[in-house]
Amino acid sequence: MTQAAEPTGLPDAAEFAAAVRHEAADWDRSGTLPERVRKAVAAAGLFGVGLPGRYGGAGGGPADLGEVCARIGGVCSALRGLLTVQEMVAAALLRWGTAAQREQWLPQLARGDRFAAFAATEAAAGTDLAGVQTRIDEDGDQLVVTGRKLWITFGRTAGVFLVLGQIAGRPSAVLVEGDRPGVRREPVEDQLGMRAAEIAHVDFDAVRVPRDHLVGPPGMGLTHVIGTALDHGRHTVAWGCVGMAEACLDTAADHAAHRLQRGVALAEHQLVRAELARASVRAVAARELCARAARLREQCDPSAVAETVVAKYTAAGAATAVSGAAVQILGAAGMAPDSLAGRFFRDAKVMELIEGSQFVSELHIAGRLLRRHGYRPAPTERTRTVIQEGPR
Amino acid sequence: MPTAPATTTVDDVLVFLTAALGTEVGPDDDYFATGLADSLFALELVTFVEHRFQLTVEVEDLAIDNFRTAARIIDFARTRSGAAAS
Repeated sequence: MTQAAEPTGLPDAAEFAAAVRHEAADWDRSGTLPERVRKAVAAAGLFGVGLPGRYGGAGGGPADLGEVCARIGGVCSALRGLLTVQEMVAAALLRWGTAAQREQWLPQLARGDRFAAFAATEAAAGTDLAGVQTRIDEDGDQLVVTGRKLWITFGRTAGVFLVLGQIAGRPSAVLVEGDRPGVRREPVEDQLGMRAAEIAHVDFDAVRVPRDHLVGPPGMGLTHVIGTALDHGRHTVAWGCVGMAEACLDTAADHAAHRLQRGVALAEHQLVRAELARASVRAVAARELCARAARLREQCDPSAVAETVVAKYTAAGAATAVSGAAVQILGAAGMAPDSLAGRFFRDAKVMELIEGSQFVSELHIAGRLLRRHGYRPAPTERTRTVIQEGPR
Repeated sequence: MPTAPATTTVDDVLVFLTAALGTEVGPDDDYFATGLADSLFALELVTFVEHRFQLTVEVEDLAIDNFRTAARIIDFARTRSGAAAS
Protein backbone atom coordinates (compact mmCIF):
# COMPACT_ATOMS: atom_id res chain seq x y z
CA MET A 1 0.00 0.00 0.00
CA THR A 2 1.10 3.53 -0.62
CA GLN A 3 -0.56 5.58 2.10
CA ALA A 4 1.27 7.71 4.63
CA ALA A 5 1.26 6.87 8.34
CA GLU A 6 -1.93 7.67 10.29
CA PRO A 7 -1.67 11.02 12.07
CA THR A 8 -1.70 10.72 15.85
CA GLY A 9 -4.75 11.87 17.82
CA LEU A 10 -7.08 11.05 14.94
CA PRO A 11 -9.30 8.01 14.52
CA ASP A 12 -7.60 5.01 13.00
CA ALA A 13 -9.40 4.84 9.67
CA ALA A 14 -7.04 2.16 8.34
CA GLU A 15 -7.91 -0.17 11.19
CA PHE A 16 -11.62 0.48 10.74
CA ALA A 17 -11.35 -0.08 6.99
CA ALA A 18 -9.49 -3.36 7.46
CA ALA A 19 -12.10 -4.60 9.94
CA VAL A 20 -15.05 -4.07 7.57
CA ARG A 21 -13.38 -4.76 4.21
CA HIS A 22 -14.84 -8.26 3.89
CA GLU A 23 -18.42 -6.99 4.36
CA ALA A 24 -18.48 -4.31 1.67
CA ALA A 25 -19.54 -6.60 -1.21
CA ASP A 26 -22.53 -7.76 0.86
CA TRP A 27 -23.60 -4.18 1.55
CA ASP A 28 -23.40 -3.46 -2.16
CA ARG A 29 -25.45 -6.55 -3.02
CA SER A 30 -28.13 -5.87 -0.41
CA GLY A 31 -28.23 -2.14 -1.20
CA THR A 32 -27.97 -1.12 2.44
CA LEU A 33 -25.36 -0.06 4.93
CA PRO A 34 -26.44 -1.77 8.17
CA GLU A 35 -27.23 0.53 11.08
CA ARG A 36 -24.63 -1.23 13.23
CA VAL A 37 -21.98 -0.18 10.70
CA ARG A 38 -23.10 3.44 10.76
CA LYS A 39 -22.99 3.29 14.54
CA ALA A 40 -19.54 1.73 14.43
CA VAL A 41 -18.35 4.58 12.18
CA ALA A 42 -19.63 6.99 14.81
CA ALA A 43 -18.06 5.05 17.69
CA ALA A 44 -14.73 5.07 15.87
CA GLY A 45 -14.89 8.89 15.76
CA LEU A 46 -14.80 9.01 11.98
CA PHE A 47 -17.57 11.62 11.67
CA GLY A 48 -15.81 14.41 13.49
CA VAL A 49 -12.43 14.31 11.80
CA GLY A 50 -12.61 17.80 10.28
CA LEU A 51 -14.47 19.48 13.15
CA PRO A 52 -12.82 21.43 15.98
CA GLY A 53 -12.48 19.77 19.38
CA ARG A 54 -14.99 22.15 21.00
CA TYR A 55 -17.72 20.57 18.89
CA GLY A 56 -16.59 17.05 19.63
CA GLY A 57 -14.44 16.67 16.54
CA ALA A 58 -10.86 15.48 16.19
CA GLY A 59 -9.62 18.86 14.92
CA GLY A 60 -7.99 17.33 11.86
CA GLY A 61 -6.84 19.39 8.89
CA PRO A 62 -7.82 18.89 5.24
CA ALA A 63 -5.05 16.34 4.66
CA ASP A 64 -6.11 14.33 7.73
CA LEU A 65 -9.70 14.24 6.54
CA GLY A 66 -8.50 13.36 3.07
CA GLU A 67 -6.50 10.41 4.31
CA VAL A 68 -9.50 9.09 6.26
CA CYS A 69 -11.63 9.35 3.11
CA ALA A 70 -8.95 7.53 1.08
CA ARG A 71 -8.80 4.67 3.59
CA ILE A 72 -12.57 4.30 3.76
CA GLY A 73 -12.98 4.96 0.04
CA GLY A 74 -10.58 2.10 -0.65
CA VAL A 75 -13.07 -0.28 0.97
CA CYS A 76 -16.54 1.02 0.16
CA SER A 77 -17.70 4.10 -1.75
CA ALA A 78 -21.03 4.12 0.05
CA LEU A 79 -19.30 4.18 3.44
CA ARG A 80 -17.10 7.03 2.21
CA GLY A 81 -20.29 8.69 0.95
CA LEU A 82 -21.70 8.50 4.48
CA LEU A 83 -18.67 10.45 5.72
CA THR A 84 -18.95 12.89 2.81
CA VAL A 85 -22.56 13.93 3.37
CA GLN A 86 -22.04 14.25 7.13
CA GLU A 87 -18.92 16.35 6.54
CA MET A 88 -20.62 18.50 3.86
CA VAL A 89 -23.44 19.54 6.16
CA ALA A 90 -21.05 19.98 9.09
CA ALA A 91 -18.69 22.12 6.98
CA ALA A 92 -21.54 24.36 5.81
CA LEU A 93 -22.69 24.85 9.42
CA LEU A 94 -19.17 25.38 10.74
CA ARG A 95 -18.56 28.04 8.11
CA TRP A 96 -21.94 29.76 7.86
CA GLY A 97 -23.99 28.67 10.88
CA THR A 98 -24.63 31.09 13.73
CA ALA A 99 -22.93 30.36 17.05
CA ALA A 100 -26.22 28.90 18.30
CA GLN A 101 -26.61 26.69 15.22
CA ARG A 102 -23.05 25.40 15.55
CA GLU A 103 -23.64 24.58 19.21
CA GLN A 104 -26.93 22.85 18.45
CA TRP A 105 -25.98 20.78 15.42
CA LEU A 106 -22.25 20.16 15.20
CA PRO A 107 -21.79 17.97 18.31
CA GLN A 108 -24.67 15.74 17.13
CA LEU A 109 -23.06 15.40 13.72
CA ALA A 110 -19.57 14.79 15.14
CA ARG A 111 -20.86 12.04 17.44
CA GLY A 112 -23.01 10.53 14.73
CA ASP A 113 -26.10 10.92 16.95
CA ARG A 114 -27.77 12.32 13.87
CA PHE A 115 -27.04 11.45 10.26
CA ALA A 116 -27.12 14.29 7.78
CA ALA A 117 -27.95 14.43 4.09
CA PHE A 118 -27.58 17.04 1.40
CA ALA A 119 -30.73 17.82 -0.57
CA ALA A 120 -30.02 20.08 -3.54
CA THR A 121 -30.69 18.24 -6.83
CA GLU A 122 -34.14 18.42 -8.43
CA ALA A 123 -35.68 17.14 -11.65
CA ALA A 124 -34.96 20.43 -13.43
CA ALA A 125 -31.87 21.49 -11.45
CA GLY A 126 -28.74 19.34 -11.41
CA THR A 127 -25.60 21.23 -12.39
CA ASP A 128 -27.60 24.47 -12.52
CA LEU A 129 -28.70 24.57 -8.90
CA ALA A 130 -29.78 28.20 -9.24
CA GLY A 131 -32.85 26.76 -10.96
CA VAL A 132 -34.20 24.85 -7.94
CA GLN A 133 -37.96 25.14 -7.53
CA THR A 134 -38.28 24.09 -3.89
CA ARG A 135 -40.08 26.83 -2.00
CA ILE A 136 -39.23 28.02 1.47
CA ASP A 137 -42.15 30.19 2.55
CA GLU A 138 -42.00 32.44 5.58
CA ASP A 139 -44.90 32.07 8.02
CA GLY A 140 -44.40 33.96 11.25
CA ASP A 141 -41.61 32.34 13.21
CA GLN A 142 -41.69 29.28 10.96
CA LEU A 143 -40.49 28.32 7.51
CA VAL A 144 -42.53 26.03 5.27
CA VAL A 145 -40.54 23.84 2.88
CA THR A 146 -42.21 22.43 -0.24
CA GLY A 147 -40.44 20.56 -3.02
CA ARG A 148 -39.04 17.30 -4.32
CA LYS A 149 -35.34 16.46 -4.07
CA LEU A 150 -33.68 13.68 -6.06
CA TRP A 151 -30.72 11.36 -5.62
CA ILE A 152 -30.07 12.09 -1.98
CA THR A 153 -27.21 10.01 -0.63
CA PHE A 154 -28.39 8.34 2.60
CA GLY A 155 -31.75 10.03 2.05
CA ARG A 156 -33.50 6.86 3.27
CA THR A 157 -32.04 7.11 6.75
CA ALA A 158 -30.94 10.74 7.26
CA GLY A 159 -32.01 12.44 10.48
CA VAL A 160 -31.58 15.92 9.03
CA PHE A 161 -31.46 17.35 5.51
CA LEU A 162 -29.69 20.50 4.36
CA VAL A 163 -32.22 21.64 1.76
CA LEU A 164 -31.67 24.21 -0.98
CA GLY A 165 -34.76 26.20 -1.90
CA GLN A 166 -35.95 29.70 -2.71
CA ILE A 167 -37.27 32.30 -0.30
CA ALA A 168 -39.13 34.75 -2.54
CA GLY A 169 -36.81 33.92 -5.42
CA ARG A 170 -33.64 34.13 -3.35
CA PRO A 171 -31.65 30.87 -3.04
CA SER A 172 -31.59 29.82 0.59
CA ALA A 173 -30.51 26.82 2.66
CA VAL A 174 -32.53 25.34 5.50
CA LEU A 175 -32.17 22.38 7.86
CA VAL A 176 -35.13 19.99 7.96
CA GLU A 177 -35.24 17.09 10.43
CA GLY A 178 -36.20 13.78 8.88
CA ASP A 179 -39.01 13.09 11.34
CA ARG A 180 -40.97 16.28 10.61
CA PRO A 181 -44.51 15.72 9.28
CA GLY A 182 -44.54 16.00 5.49
CA VAL A 183 -41.12 14.38 4.84
CA ARG A 184 -41.59 11.37 2.55
CA ARG A 185 -38.75 9.19 1.31
CA GLU A 186 -38.80 7.09 -1.85
CA PRO A 187 -35.91 4.62 -1.97
CA VAL A 188 -33.83 4.40 -5.17
CA GLU A 189 -32.51 0.90 -5.80
CA ASP A 190 -30.23 -0.88 -8.25
CA GLN A 191 -28.57 2.26 -9.57
CA LEU A 192 -25.23 1.88 -11.35
CA GLY A 193 -22.97 2.38 -8.35
CA MET A 194 -22.77 3.37 -4.69
CA ARG A 195 -25.52 0.82 -4.19
CA ALA A 196 -25.22 0.74 -0.41
CA ALA A 197 -25.60 4.51 -0.14
CA GLU A 198 -29.30 4.32 0.80
CA ILE A 199 -30.18 6.78 -1.95
CA ALA A 200 -33.68 8.24 -1.96
CA HIS A 201 -35.83 10.82 -3.63
CA VAL A 202 -37.41 12.91 -0.88
CA ASP A 203 -40.62 14.93 -0.94
CA PHE A 204 -41.02 17.87 1.40
CA ASP A 205 -44.76 18.52 1.58
CA ALA A 206 -45.26 21.83 3.39
CA VAL A 207 -42.79 20.78 6.08
CA ARG A 208 -42.66 23.31 8.92
CA VAL A 209 -39.42 24.11 10.71
CA PRO A 210 -38.50 26.93 13.11
CA ARG A 211 -37.02 30.00 11.43
CA ASP A 212 -33.74 29.36 13.25
CA HIS A 213 -33.21 26.40 10.88
CA LEU A 214 -32.30 28.82 8.09
CA VAL A 215 -28.56 28.61 7.41
CA GLY A 216 -27.05 31.85 6.13
CA PRO A 217 -29.15 34.80 4.99
CA PRO A 218 -31.70 34.44 2.16
CA GLY A 219 -29.97 34.91 -1.18
CA MET A 220 -26.65 33.44 0.01
CA GLY A 221 -27.87 29.87 0.39
CA LEU A 222 -26.46 28.64 -2.90
CA THR A 223 -23.30 30.67 -3.41
CA HIS A 224 -22.05 30.31 0.14
CA VAL A 225 -23.83 27.64 2.20
CA ILE A 226 -24.39 25.04 -0.52
CA GLY A 227 -21.19 26.22 -2.25
CA THR A 228 -19.17 25.46 0.88
CA ALA A 229 -20.83 22.06 1.26
CA LEU A 230 -20.11 21.15 -2.38
CA ASP A 231 -16.53 22.36 -2.15
CA HIS A 232 -16.07 20.17 0.92
CA GLY A 233 -17.81 17.32 -0.85
CA ARG A 234 -15.41 17.54 -3.79
CA HIS A 235 -12.48 17.37 -1.38
CA THR A 236 -13.74 14.19 0.30
CA VAL A 237 -14.89 12.55 -2.95
CA ALA A 238 -11.50 13.27 -4.52
CA TRP A 239 -9.67 11.54 -1.68
CA GLY A 240 -12.15 8.67 -1.73
CA CYS A 241 -11.27 8.21 -5.41
CA VAL A 242 -7.57 8.10 -4.50
CA GLY A 243 -8.37 5.21 -2.16
CA MET A 244 -10.37 3.46 -4.88
CA ALA A 245 -7.55 3.83 -7.43
CA GLU A 246 -4.93 2.61 -4.97
CA ALA A 247 -7.01 -0.38 -3.90
CA CYS A 248 -7.64 -1.36 -7.53
CA LEU A 249 -3.96 -0.95 -8.38
CA ASP A 250 -2.96 -3.23 -5.49
CA THR A 251 -5.49 -5.85 -6.58
CA ALA A 252 -4.39 -5.72 -10.22
CA ALA A 253 -0.66 -5.81 -9.45
CA ASP A 254 -1.10 -8.70 -7.01
CA HIS A 255 -3.06 -10.67 -9.59
CA ALA A 256 -0.54 -9.95 -12.35
CA ALA A 257 2.35 -11.03 -10.13
CA HIS A 258 0.80 -14.37 -9.16
CA ARG A 259 -1.62 -15.48 -11.85
CA LEU A 260 -0.11 -18.01 -14.25
CA GLN A 261 -1.33 -18.78 -17.74
CA ARG A 262 0.49 -21.62 -19.56
CA GLY A 263 3.07 -21.42 -16.80
CA VAL A 264 3.78 -17.73 -17.40
CA ALA A 265 2.86 -14.98 -14.94
CA LEU A 266 0.61 -12.24 -16.34
CA ALA A 267 3.37 -9.87 -15.20
CA GLU A 268 5.54 -11.21 -18.02
CA HIS A 269 3.26 -9.69 -20.64
CA GLN A 270 4.20 -6.22 -21.83
CA LEU A 271 0.57 -5.23 -22.38
CA VAL A 272 -0.20 -6.03 -18.75
CA ARG A 273 2.86 -4.11 -17.58
CA ALA A 274 1.89 -1.10 -19.68
CA GLU A 275 -1.60 -1.15 -18.17
CA LEU A 276 -0.14 -1.39 -14.67
CA ALA A 277 2.31 1.45 -15.36
CA ARG A 278 -0.44 3.77 -16.56
CA ALA A 279 -2.64 2.84 -13.62
CA SER A 280 0.20 3.38 -11.17
CA VAL A 281 0.99 6.85 -12.52
CA ARG A 282 -2.68 7.83 -12.50
CA ALA A 283 -3.06 6.76 -8.86
CA VAL A 284 0.01 8.62 -7.66
CA ALA A 285 -0.84 11.72 -9.72
CA ALA A 286 -4.32 11.79 -8.21
CA ARG A 287 -2.89 11.49 -4.71
CA GLU A 288 -0.42 14.31 -5.29
CA LEU A 289 -3.03 16.68 -6.75
CA CYS A 290 -5.30 15.91 -3.79
CA ALA A 291 -2.41 16.60 -1.42
CA ARG A 292 -1.74 19.89 -3.21
CA ALA A 293 -5.37 20.93 -2.89
CA ALA A 294 -5.32 19.91 0.78
CA ARG A 295 -2.25 22.10 1.36
CA LEU A 296 -3.94 25.10 -0.27
CA ARG A 297 -7.05 24.47 1.84
CA GLU A 298 -4.91 24.33 4.96
CA GLN A 299 -3.36 27.69 4.01
CA CYS A 300 -6.82 29.19 3.27
CA ASP A 301 -5.48 30.10 -0.17
CA PRO A 302 -8.12 31.63 -2.47
CA SER A 303 -7.18 29.14 -5.20
CA ALA A 304 -8.11 26.20 -2.97
CA VAL A 305 -11.67 26.00 -4.32
CA ALA A 306 -10.48 25.79 -7.94
CA GLU A 307 -7.61 23.44 -7.16
CA THR A 308 -10.03 21.13 -5.34
CA VAL A 309 -12.02 20.94 -8.59
CA VAL A 310 -8.79 19.92 -10.36
CA ALA A 311 -8.07 17.30 -7.70
CA LYS A 312 -11.59 15.85 -7.82
CA TYR A 313 -11.58 15.79 -11.62
CA THR A 314 -8.24 14.00 -11.74
CA ALA A 315 -9.02 11.57 -8.94
CA ALA A 316 -12.42 10.60 -10.37
CA GLY A 317 -10.77 10.01 -13.73
CA ALA A 318 -8.03 7.96 -12.06
CA ALA A 319 -10.57 5.83 -10.18
CA THR A 320 -12.40 5.17 -13.44
CA ALA A 321 -9.27 4.35 -15.44
CA VAL A 322 -7.55 2.27 -12.77
CA SER A 323 -10.66 0.28 -11.86
CA GLY A 324 -11.17 -0.39 -15.58
CA ALA A 325 -7.57 -1.53 -15.93
CA ALA A 326 -7.93 -3.74 -12.86
CA VAL A 327 -11.05 -5.44 -14.20
CA GLN A 328 -9.26 -6.00 -17.51
CA ILE A 329 -6.22 -7.58 -15.87
CA LEU A 330 -8.31 -9.64 -13.47
CA GLY A 331 -10.41 -11.06 -16.29
CA ALA A 332 -13.24 -13.24 -15.05
CA ALA A 333 -12.22 -12.56 -11.45
CA GLY A 334 -12.89 -8.87 -12.10
CA MET A 335 -16.50 -9.47 -13.01
CA ALA A 336 -17.22 -11.91 -10.19
CA PRO A 337 -19.99 -10.90 -7.77
CA ASP A 338 -17.57 -10.15 -4.93
CA SER A 339 -14.91 -8.39 -7.01
CA LEU A 340 -13.67 -5.16 -5.45
CA ALA A 341 -12.42 -3.96 -8.85
CA GLY A 342 -15.77 -4.71 -10.47
CA ARG A 343 -17.66 -2.86 -7.73
CA PHE A 344 -15.30 0.13 -7.94
CA PHE A 345 -15.61 0.08 -11.75
CA ARG A 346 -19.33 0.81 -11.28
CA ASP A 347 -18.79 3.24 -8.40
CA ALA A 348 -16.04 5.17 -10.22
CA LYS A 349 -18.38 6.25 -13.00
CA VAL A 350 -20.65 7.71 -10.33
CA MET A 351 -17.65 9.66 -9.01
CA GLU A 352 -17.34 11.21 -12.48
CA LEU A 353 -20.90 12.50 -12.19
CA ILE A 354 -21.34 13.73 -8.61
CA GLU A 355 -20.17 16.98 -6.98
CA GLY A 356 -19.60 18.51 -10.41
CA SER A 357 -19.43 16.19 -13.40
CA GLN A 358 -16.26 15.74 -15.45
CA PHE A 359 -17.78 17.96 -18.15
CA VAL A 360 -18.52 20.77 -15.72
CA SER A 361 -15.07 20.44 -14.14
CA GLU A 362 -13.45 20.75 -17.57
CA LEU A 363 -15.48 23.86 -18.34
CA HIS A 364 -14.36 25.38 -15.07
CA ILE A 365 -10.70 24.43 -15.43
CA ALA A 366 -10.53 25.67 -19.03
CA GLY A 367 -12.45 28.84 -18.19
CA ARG A 368 -9.97 29.68 -15.47
CA LEU A 369 -7.06 29.09 -17.84
CA LEU A 370 -8.61 31.18 -20.60
CA ARG A 371 -9.37 34.08 -18.25
CA ARG A 372 -5.68 34.21 -17.37
CA HIS A 373 -5.01 34.58 -21.09
CA GLY A 374 -7.38 37.48 -21.48
CA TYR A 375 -10.45 35.65 -22.77
CA ARG A 376 -13.59 37.68 -22.06
CA PRO A 377 -16.74 35.58 -21.65
CA ALA A 378 -19.66 36.61 -23.84
CA PRO A 379 -22.79 37.63 -21.92
CA THR A 380 -25.07 34.68 -21.18
CA GLU A 381 -28.84 34.73 -21.34
CA ARG A 382 -28.95 35.17 -17.58
CA THR A 383 -26.37 37.98 -17.71
CA ARG A 384 -28.41 39.82 -20.31
CA THR A 385 -31.57 39.40 -18.27
CA VAL A 386 -29.92 40.72 -15.14
CA ILE A 387 -28.40 43.66 -17.00
CA GLN A 388 -31.79 44.52 -18.48
CA GLU A 389 -33.91 43.93 -15.40
CA GLY A 390 -31.43 44.61 -12.63
CA PRO A 391 -30.40 42.18 -9.89
CA ARG A 392 -33.00 40.59 -7.67
CA MET B 1 -2.91 45.04 11.79
CA PRO B 2 -0.53 46.73 9.32
CA THR B 3 -2.34 49.04 6.94
CA ALA B 4 -1.10 49.09 3.37
CA PRO B 5 -1.36 52.33 1.35
CA ALA B 6 -4.91 52.70 0.07
CA THR B 7 -4.03 52.55 -3.61
CA THR B 8 -2.18 49.26 -3.15
CA THR B 9 -5.19 47.76 -1.39
CA VAL B 10 -7.54 48.83 -4.15
CA ASP B 11 -5.11 47.54 -6.76
CA ASP B 12 -4.80 44.17 -5.02
CA VAL B 13 -8.55 43.75 -4.93
CA LEU B 14 -8.95 44.83 -8.55
CA VAL B 15 -6.17 42.50 -9.72
CA PHE B 16 -7.87 39.59 -7.96
CA LEU B 17 -11.30 40.46 -9.36
CA THR B 18 -10.03 41.01 -12.88
CA ALA B 19 -8.19 37.68 -12.86
CA ALA B 20 -11.08 35.77 -11.28
CA LEU B 21 -13.81 37.26 -13.48
CA GLY B 22 -11.83 37.49 -16.70
CA THR B 23 -12.79 41.08 -17.39
CA GLU B 24 -11.54 44.51 -16.39
CA VAL B 25 -13.19 45.51 -13.13
CA GLY B 26 -13.33 49.07 -11.82
CA PRO B 27 -13.70 50.03 -8.14
CA ASP B 28 -17.46 50.55 -8.43
CA ASP B 29 -18.37 47.83 -10.93
CA ASP B 30 -21.05 45.50 -9.53
CA TYR B 31 -20.01 42.09 -10.83
CA PHE B 32 -22.84 40.26 -9.06
CA ALA B 33 -25.42 42.39 -10.86
CA THR B 34 -23.89 41.63 -14.25
CA GLY B 35 -24.00 37.89 -13.63
CA LEU B 36 -20.25 37.39 -13.95
CA ALA B 37 -20.02 35.78 -10.52
CA ASP B 38 -20.74 32.09 -9.96
CA SER B 39 -20.74 30.11 -6.73
CA LEU B 40 -17.08 29.08 -7.04
CA PHE B 41 -16.17 32.75 -7.46
CA ALA B 42 -18.25 33.71 -4.43
CA LEU B 43 -16.29 31.30 -2.23
CA GLU B 44 -12.96 32.38 -3.72
CA LEU B 45 -13.84 35.98 -3.03
CA VAL B 46 -14.58 35.28 0.63
CA THR B 47 -11.30 33.41 0.98
CA PHE B 48 -9.41 36.19 -0.82
CA VAL B 49 -10.86 38.87 1.47
CA GLU B 50 -10.01 36.84 4.56
CA HIS B 51 -6.50 36.13 3.27
CA ARG B 52 -5.74 39.66 2.03
CA PHE B 53 -7.14 41.51 5.05
CA GLN B 54 -6.38 38.87 7.69
CA LEU B 55 -9.94 38.71 8.99
CA THR B 56 -12.72 36.15 9.24
CA VAL B 57 -15.91 36.70 7.28
CA GLU B 58 -18.71 35.67 9.62
CA VAL B 59 -22.25 34.73 8.69
CA GLU B 60 -23.37 38.16 9.96
CA ASP B 61 -21.13 39.77 7.30
CA LEU B 62 -22.69 37.71 4.55
CA ALA B 63 -24.59 40.51 2.84
CA ILE B 64 -24.13 40.93 -0.87
CA ASP B 65 -23.66 44.67 -0.27
CA ASN B 66 -20.36 43.95 1.49
CA PHE B 67 -18.95 42.20 -1.55
CA ARG B 68 -20.60 43.52 -4.70
CA THR B 69 -17.85 46.01 -5.68
CA ALA B 70 -14.16 46.47 -4.95
CA ALA B 71 -14.86 49.72 -3.12
CA ARG B 72 -17.42 48.02 -0.87
CA ILE B 73 -15.03 45.19 -0.09
CA ILE B 74 -12.45 47.71 1.06
CA ASP B 75 -15.03 49.61 3.13
CA PHE B 76 -16.08 46.33 4.74
CA ALA B 77 -12.48 45.37 5.51
CA ARG B 78 -11.77 48.82 6.99
CA THR B 79 -14.86 48.67 9.17
CA ARG B 80 -13.92 45.22 10.42
CA SER B 81 -10.30 46.17 11.03
CA GLY B 82 -11.43 49.31 12.88
CA ALA B 83 -13.85 47.29 14.98
CA ALA B 84 -11.12 44.82 15.84
CA ALA B 85 -8.73 47.62 16.82
CA SER B 86 -11.21 49.47 19.03
